[in-house]
Amino acid sequence: MTTIQEAAPREPAGVRREALYFAVRNGKLMAGFGIVLVLLLLGLFGPLLFAGVPNDYGTRPMSPPSGEHWFGTTTFGQDVFLQFVHGLRSTFVVGVIGGGIAAVIGMFVGFVAGYRGGIVDEVLNMLTNVILVIPTLAVLLIINAYLGIRSVAVQGLFIGLTQWPWAARAIRAQTFSLRTREFVDLARMSGSGTGKIIAKEIAPNMSSYLFMTFILLFGGSVLIASSLDFIGLGPTEGVSLGLMLQNANQWSALQLGMWWWFVPPGAAITAIVGALYVANVGLDEVFNPKLRET
Amino acid sequence: MSLQVSELRVYYRTLKGDVRALDGMTFELRDGEILGLVGESGCGKSTLGKSLIRMDGRMRRVGGTVTLDGHELPIDDDRRMNDYRFREVSLIPQYAMSALNPTRKIRRMVTELLRSRGTALDTAELERRMDQVGLPREVLDRYPIELSGGMKQRMVMVISTLLDPSLLIADEVTSALDVSTQKAVARALLGFRDSGYVKSMIFVTHDLALTHHIADTIMVMYAGKLAEKAPADVIVKAPRHPYTRLLLESLPEVGVRYTERRLEGIAGSPPSLLDPPAGCRFRDRCPIAGEECAQEPPVAELAPDHHVACWKA
Amino acid sequence: MRRYFGRKLLIYGLTFFVAVTVNWMIPRFMPGDPIASMVARANVTNAQAVEAMRAYYSNLFGLDQPLWQQYVNFWGALAHGDFGISIWLFPTPVTDVITQAVPYTLALIIPSVLLSWVVGNRFGAYAARRKLLDNTVLPVGYVLTAMPYMWLAVLLAWGFGVLLGWFPVAGGYSFSMRPNWSWTFVLDLLHHWALPFLSLFLVALGGWAIGMRNMIIYELESDYSSYLSALGAPSRLIRRYAFRNAVLPQITGLALQLGVLVAGALVTEIVFAYPGLGSLILKAIQNKDFFLLQGTFLFIVLGVLIANFIIDIVYVVVDPRTRAGMAGAQA
Repeated sequence: MTTIQEAAPREPAGVRREALYFAVRNGKLMAGFGIVLVLLLLGLFGPLLFAGVPNDYGTRPMSPPSGEHWFGTTTFGQDVFLQFVHGLRSTFVVGVIGGGIAAVIGMFVGFVAGYRGGIVDEVLNMLTNVILVIPTLAVLLIINAYLGIRSVAVQGLFIGLTQWPWAARAIRAQTFSLRTREFVDLARMSGSGTGKIIAKEIAPNMSSYLFMTFILLFGGSVLIASSLDFIGLGPTEGVSLGLMLQNANQWSALQLGMWWWFVPPGAAITAIVGALYVANVGLDEVFNPKLRET
Repeated sequence: MSLQVSELRVYYRTLKGDVRALDGMTFELRDGEILGLVGESGCGKSTLGKSLIRMDGRMRRVGGTVTLDGHELPIDDDRRMNDYRFREVSLIPQYAMSALNPTRKIRRMVTELLRSRGTALDTAELERRMDQVGLPREVLDRYPIELSGGMKQRMVMVISTLLDPSLLIADEVTSALDVSTQKAVARALLGFRDSGYVKSMIFVTHDLALTHHIADTIMVMYAGKLAEKAPADVIVKAPRHPYTRLLLESLPEVGVRYTERRLEGIAGSPPSLLDPPAGCRFRDRCPIAGEECAQEPPVAELAPDHHVACWKA
Repeated sequence: MRRYFGRKLLIYGLTFFVAVTVNWMIPRFMPGDPIASMVARANVTNAQAVEAMRAYYSNLFGLDQPLWQQYVNFWGALAHGDFGISIWLFPTPVTDVITQAVPYTLALIIPSVLLSWVVGNRFGAYAARRKLLDNTVLPVGYVLTAMPYMWLAVLLAWGFGVLLGWFPVAGGYSFSMRPNWSWTFVLDLLHHWALPFLSLFLVALGGWAIGMRNMIIYELESDYSSYLSALGAPSRLIRRYAFRNAVLPQITGLALQLGVLVAGALVTEIVFAYPGLGSLILKAIQNKDFFLLQGTFLFIVLGVLIANFIIDIVYVVVDPRTRAGMAGAQA
């Protein structure tokens, strides 16, 4: 579990340069984003650079890593490295779609509930709490089992639809504390509507917080997707890191000692999610001077 | 002589450079004296208060000494300073409303705090002092959240002075309170001095009117430096520094509180302490500034106990 | 306090209602004729089972009846504990299949969650604002918490099971044994339990340590900590107070993480072929046993709700503010 400390809102103008100053000097931030960037590039360009269909059976099954097959081959002779680069791509797609949709819903619910207050807040808060309590994976199990999710994008969509509640709650609390600030009062007195105040006054003042929320949602989506894949409810089309783990487990890679089959996909998920979390800590330190090391 | 501060310089380290929050402060405080420390926000008065008990991580002593009852205080050595805290120097913080651990009952918290300082709790004494400030004894068996703001404030006052410190720093203790509670708090502080719980006190505030009621001496600070220091009546009735005069003029009448916003009635704003200009720091806002003000005015004792840093005084 | 619990129970009641409704709705939203497609997808060759399936689905869906009647019937069946009959283990009732698996899941999840919470909090609290420790606890914590549960499970199984051969890597007990209350069997159970437990424990540990470390830093910045420092209190006392205050949000965090922890237990069981709910779900999916899947879903939701309520009670006991009748807890 990762928490974000309350990000104290400050006037944006002078802060931005200072934030950048600390950002490029923050080892956590740079290392985290660096790792993610490398894997992202591999996922983006890998499938273009290395020709071949990842699930095609090959002629040399069960061979350990070699010059020809960098990450070895599966029981069916599939090239693990080829699956790996395609799987990376799916992982990023699920993260962006799932995290993005969850962030959008969470922001909408959080802003409206926090800014409007009153009965709107009561209703939205109740809805948030109800969905928050339902175990996400269990719901996704049912949905995926019945609907038979085919594509990575649709999987991301459903993950996004179930992931938003905690983000909504966090954003609601932040909005609540900003609502009574002077600059918001000023905007309200000058006749701005709710939407405009949220978009122009509130959201920019917690942009760093929103970005960090998205990062956590991204990581959460990746982890949930890999669990779904592993249970056998992954996308029926394409390759993903979770599906690779599932196949490895299903075809006894463990007992056969084929470590090259199950180590890379798990390591990649861990690296992406872990690097994002670490980058998030870095971001927190950049935007929240109290946390900087003195 | 209770407290002697000489040439104290404390800077804040920031990205852009050092902020000279205290730039050569020298003053004395006698036993039994209550010093009102007045000035606009950012003038260094809170920095002075903090420097005397606990500097925060960004603060750095650049020079000067603080001597309390003949001992030099190791103000920039957090560990060694612990010996003096609570016993010799104590604090009633600005944030008294949230100064008590929310998950401990008051009695337990006080007991644990005292035990950590190697002292046992004298319940009878504690209760006597609580009576003195009008706190019912049941308060001891309550959690902080169950107390009103005023009760928390008084409880913190009692706790802070429990070890009879020589010097008490009261940092903006009245700013969060309504007028009648302010008076009560001020009375209680006077009572503490008269009962000998504290020898001397620095009362940091931006409320000149209230200070007049409680302080023996008032010290006005401007931009990290001493502007004027004199007995309370003299400051109010016969100020010599133009800044003090403007401060007093911005008060509608004595006895009515002014707020910081009204202080902005003095045209202009204080200079940046990042790279303060040479000469008198009040020069740009001063109605009577002249040629000589390009030189920094020294602090002069115009009359006994009346110190002013101004060429025109 | 009554308000607090009233509100909580309302949320849990609503949640259960939503879960049951979703459970009822989804099969009906499937495109095409649900019964035919399900029977076809079930791929069951046993003629008796096909007939039973058809009868059960027809009865359950009661498609000739109005929708509201179908819905009421569904609740009625639930009230009798009737989750239908498992296709995979025909003709065992789903309830029986689930109750056999639940003890294994609980035995795995309760100790690993509680222990990881306690140990993680200790580690995190100790590491906060201590440079050297912080620099080790933090990275290790982040790696652990970023690991997919099943991957650590696979790694442990491979290392300690396959390579070293210290622990079995499949099942809840040895195939050669029959469940009984002898010491040898209990030891065998523990032997099989150790690795899945360790796996769950470790992944969860990282998250708690990080959460606690962040909370402690936050508390050490708080006013009451500053006040104690100004009065010269030793950092031991200040840290103890900070810990006590930081534990409260961690309790709320435990409630919020329950879903993730359950999910972790499910996939860990699958790796180790541990005979709990996770393996049940896998079998249900592989055999298209929708009754079993839906029953397990409701069981999990119910379990999470109960756990949430227990945590609420604990919170009230621990946080003086909720007991004092103040609106301290928000969750």
